[in-house]
Formats: sequence, C-alpha cells, structure tokens
Amino acid sequence: MNDNRQDNHWLTRPETIRKLWWGFAVVLALTTGAQLFIYVKGYFGVDGWFGFGAAFGFLSCLAMVLFAKGLGFFLKRDEGYYAGGDDDV
Amino acid sequence: MFDVLPPALVMVLGAALIGLARGHWRTLLVLGTPLVALWAVWQIPDGVVSTVVFLDYPIEPIEGSPLRRLFATIFALMAFGGGLYAFRQAKWYELSAAYIYAAGAIGVSFAGDLITFFLYWELMALFSTVVVWCGGTPGARAAGVRYAIMHLLGGVILKVGIEGVVIHTGSIDVQPMLATNFDTWMILIGILINAAAPPVSAWLSDAYPESSPTGSVFLSAFTTKTAVLALILLFPGEPVLVGVGLFMVMYGIIYALLENDARRILAYSIVNQVGFMVCAIGIGTQMALNGAAAHAFAHILYKALLFMSAGAVIYRTGFSKCTDLGGLFRTMPLTAVCGIIGALAISGFPLTSGFTTKTMISQAAADENLVFVYFMLAAASAGVFLHAGIKFPWFVFFQKDSGLRPKDAPWNMAAAMVLLSALCILLGVFPDLLYKYLPYPVEYVPYTAGKVLFYLQLLLFSGLAFFLLLPLMKRTLTISLDADWIWRVLLLRTARALYFGGAALGTALQDRVGSALGALRTRAETHFSTRTGTRAGVFARAWSIGSTALWIAVLLTAYVLVYVL
Repeated sequence: MNDNRQDNHWLTRPETIRKLWWGFAVVLALTTGAQLFIYVKGYFGVDGWFGFGAAFGFLSCLAMVLFAKGLGFFLKRDEGYYAGGDDDV
Repeated sequence: MFDVLPPALVMVLGAALIGLARGHWRTLLVLGTPLVALWAVWQIPDGVVSTVVFLDYPIEPIEGSPLRRLFATIFALMAFGGGLYAFRQAKWYELSAAYIYAAGAIGVSFAGDLITFFLYWELMALFSTVVVWCGGTPGARAAGVRYAIMHLLGGVILKVGIEGVVIHTGSIDVQPMLATNFDTWMILIGILINAAAPPVSAWLSDAYPESSPTGSVFLSAFTTKTAVLALILLFPGEPVLVGVGLFMVMYGIIYALLENDARRILAYSIVNQVGFMVCAIGIGTQMALNGAAAHAFAHILYKALLFMSAGAVIYRTGFSKCTDLGGLFRTMPLTAVCGIIGALAISGFPLTSGFTTKTMISQAAADENLVFVYFMLAAASAGVFLHAGIKFPWFVFFQKDSGLRPKDAPWNMAAAMVLLSALCILLGVFPDLLYKYLPYPVEYVPYTAGKVLFYLQLLLFSGLAFFLLLPLMKRTLTISLDADWIWRVLLLRTARALYFGGAALGTALQDRVGSALGALRTRAETHFSTRTGTRAGVFARAWSIGSTALWIAVLLTAYVLVYVL
C-alpha cells in the first residue's frame, strides 16, 4: 500500500528537504547567536570565545572525516578479504 | 554459607531453569529472574558479607559498596531489558547462555577477592562465546573461536598477574593498585583486553556483529563494562589509562566512519565510549570516577537501545549493511524513533543520559587542568555525534529509499526499546536519580546555560559537517583492516609459508638423499647381484680355479717386485 507513495513521502520531497535545511540554518544561527546573551565559561580561555564550540565541532569533524578517508586508502579491503583467505577456523 | 541471597546465583539458577521450562513458565523465568536478581543486589549491605576459607585463602564471594551495587544494578536491569527484547525470538540456549554471562558480570561486581573475581571473569568469557556462536552462521562460528581465543588468552594473562600479586603481597583482596611491576601490569593488560583496548580492540567489532540480532544486545552490555568496573576497583588514577582511553576514543570514531555494517558501526562506538570511561579512570579524581561509573551506567542503556534498534531492523529485513538499508522510517517508525533517541543519548545531547554523564568526565579533565585531554574529549564528543549520532540512524532509516517495507519491531522488542528510551530520557532530565547512587558525593551541575549552549554548538555544527561531507562518506562494500590482521593474515601466512617451505625443503632433501641412495644401490647391484642382465655382477660371479690362480700369481709377483725395489 505504500508502494505508490514511496517516492513522495512528505519527508523526502525536495521542498521539505529545502525547508529542513533552512530550519537547520536558523537553529545553527540561533545557537551561535545565543552566546551574545549567555556566558559560556571557558576553562582554558580559548573555549570561552564567541562561537568556539561551533567552530571546534565543525573543524574537528572535518579533520576526523578527512583523516578517516585518508586512512581508508590503506585499510579498506573488499568485504570477502578474510573469508577468501579461508581463515575460517 | 551465605547471609544474603547471591544475585549471581539467582541468575545462574534462572538460566538453568530456562532450559527446562516451556511456554509461559519460560517467559516468567526469563522476565522474573533478573528482577529477583535486582532485588538481591539491593539486599547486599556495604562491606564483606561472608568469608569462606579455601586452600588457606580467605575467599570473599560478596562484598558490597555503592559502586559495586550500581554496576550490578545496571547488569541486572540490562538482563531484564535484553530478556524482554529477546524472549520470543531467541533460542532458549541463547537466553540461558546470556543469563549466565550476566551472572558472571554481576558476580565480578561483588567479588571481594581476586580468586572469585577471576572465576566469574572466566564464566563471562565462556558464556559470551556461546552467545556469539548462537549467531548460527559459519561466520559466527569462526568469529566465536577467535573471540574465545582472545578472551582465554586475556584470562591467562590476568591469572599470571593475580598469582604474582598473591605470592608477592600475600593479599588476595580486590583493592586499588598501580601498574608498577610485572604482576600488576599483567592484571592491567588482562583487564584491558576485555575493555577492547588497543592493540586488540578488533575482537569486539569482529565478534559482536556476527551474533544474532538478540545476542548482540546482551554482548554490548557486559564484558567491556565489567572491565570498566574492574579498572575503577583496581586501577583508579593509573596514568597510562588516560592515553589508552584517548586512543580508544579516536580509534572508535575513525573506524566507525569507515564502516558499512550497521552493527559494526555500533561495535566501534562501544570502543569509543569505553575509551571515555578508561580515560576518566586514568584521571582518577572523585569527579572522574563518578563520571566513569555514571557513564558506564548510561552507556549500557543507550548502547543496548541502539543494538536493539539495529537488531529489529536485521530481524525484519535480514540486512545489516548501510548499502542495503535506507528509508526504513516509513514502515518502522517506532524502531527509528527509539534508534534516534539512543543516537542522541550516545552523542550526549542535552536532556539525554549521555549529556548528564559524559560531561562529568570532561569536567573532571577541566578541573585537573588537562588541556589536551579536555579538547580531545570535546572533539570526540563531536565525533560521536558524527559516527553514531547521525551516521547510524541516517544510513539505516533515511538516506535513500532501499525499497524495503518491513513491518515494525515485534511487540516485545518494541516494549524493550521503549523502556530503554524512557530510561535514557529520564536520566537526562532527572540526573539526580543516578547521581545519588554514585560512589562519591556529586557536586556537579550538568545543566548550566553556558554548558548546554557549548555542547549544542559543538553537536549541531558536527551535524552540519556530516551533511556537508556526505559525499565523502558514501558507503562502500568494504571492511577495514585492524591489528587483528597481524594474526588473521600475517601470522597465518607466515605459518603457512613456514609449513609449506619446510615441507618443500623436506621433499627436496628426501629426493636428493633418495636419488643418492638409489644410485648407490644400482652400483651395488651391478657389482654384487647375481641377477643383473645376462651376467652376474663382478663380485658375484663364480670364477674358475685357473683364472683365480693366475690372478694370485700376478698379485704375488707384483708384491715381490715392489718389495725388492
């Protein structure tokens, strides 16, 4: 019964996704902007700077994804890598 | 012999009876046993309850303390949640094995001496292996054997350390120590193997995803968290744990980012989360140890919830890879919502149990002025949201439309997920419910406006990073090599090369010696045999008297000549 709806579930429609992106952007702006009114205690100075949490979160994720991607070149193997090596005990 | 009902014994008895009972009786046993055990846990007072002398050692099977009760409580609760989740789908022997496994974890929690501790430790190793095997596939069988080898090896190392400590100190008490000599190092290594510390973290992501959808729920709860408790009891403030913990935190994130299998993503994130706890134990202050204990408690709930959510998907679809899944929110909304709650909790979103417990560890690092540790933990918090908080629900429930339209989880699985979801939120909204049972007095206030804002920024911008970097995270049909490559491939190949090389060398030698012997034999046959061709060999011929006499005369003449000259 869902088959005829599968491609236009309201959550997957492009206009919904566009609205979600806008909503997300507003939330991001609010959480950053709120620091103008709310004091964030910095234990080491730098972490009390305006928008530090936002920048740190974003940049550390970027670094981790890129690092993982780089490491993937060396570590990724085909799924059957171990199975093919008849290491089944 | 016992003044109180030992909760581990309750679990073992229940597990044994599960196999004998049928129908509603079995259901009653599965659901009732953990509750009776939970009641028994709370009957145990502080201090050593009873002492039994065995081979001149004062064995203390049950020693109560707030910390021990806290861990035993969550183990019993988890057995109940797992039992509820599994009782209609799992085989009886899987449930039995899982309950004895839980009994081992509860037994370790109350072990007052190292001998009892070791026995329950090994009970866990044995029966968790059975739970892995209950996956029922050839892959599960092989992974179970690898799992058993790793844990039995860890047990041997632990035992060596315990023997050393008993001989050199004369005390078998479970008490705080530092890794200062061979004995204590062995104990520490033995425990860290169970905590999935480097370089052997791979046993976890190797074995857990091979178990059945219900088995992985049990597996996710006990082994690593018992190791965390053991570290709190035996090695609080051990400096090496800070580094080990930070490595585990980062290892879990990076490997989970590379992973395609939904349950393996969750398995890597266990290593990541246990890393937070190990790091906290290394910091060793009261705040840090409280944080480690609270985080272990909260972690068991949300990690089991995540494994339940993944398990329900696997149970309904038969698929576990992100590349096969997607779009399941349409027909499995409850599983999706519960999975998302678990994902938010593991990420430490405000109003979830992850926030009220994990931030204690960061606070402990800040209080001790550990700048590097603090920022690594903050980065890791962002990374958790990235690899478990969004990646898991996104690739399983949203992403693309896989075309799969499975039914939502069966009612008992759904009930277990709703129960754990409720607990995750309850502990997030009312943290004092947990704080008052922590080992040390809590003066920590999780909800200050500044702290909430900082973590919201951190997490929401990690979310932004995730969606912006989605093209970089396209799932591939791959696995990632780990340190276990050394023994699964390198050692295997070396052994094989040595074996075949030796065999080839042996064959070559045999050939050479054989042909030399053969040549000798041919030569001997030519000269000695009576049957070579038409004439007998030169030494086997029957010479006539005349020619013999002639030869003797020639030889004598030659002799005389030589003598005279």
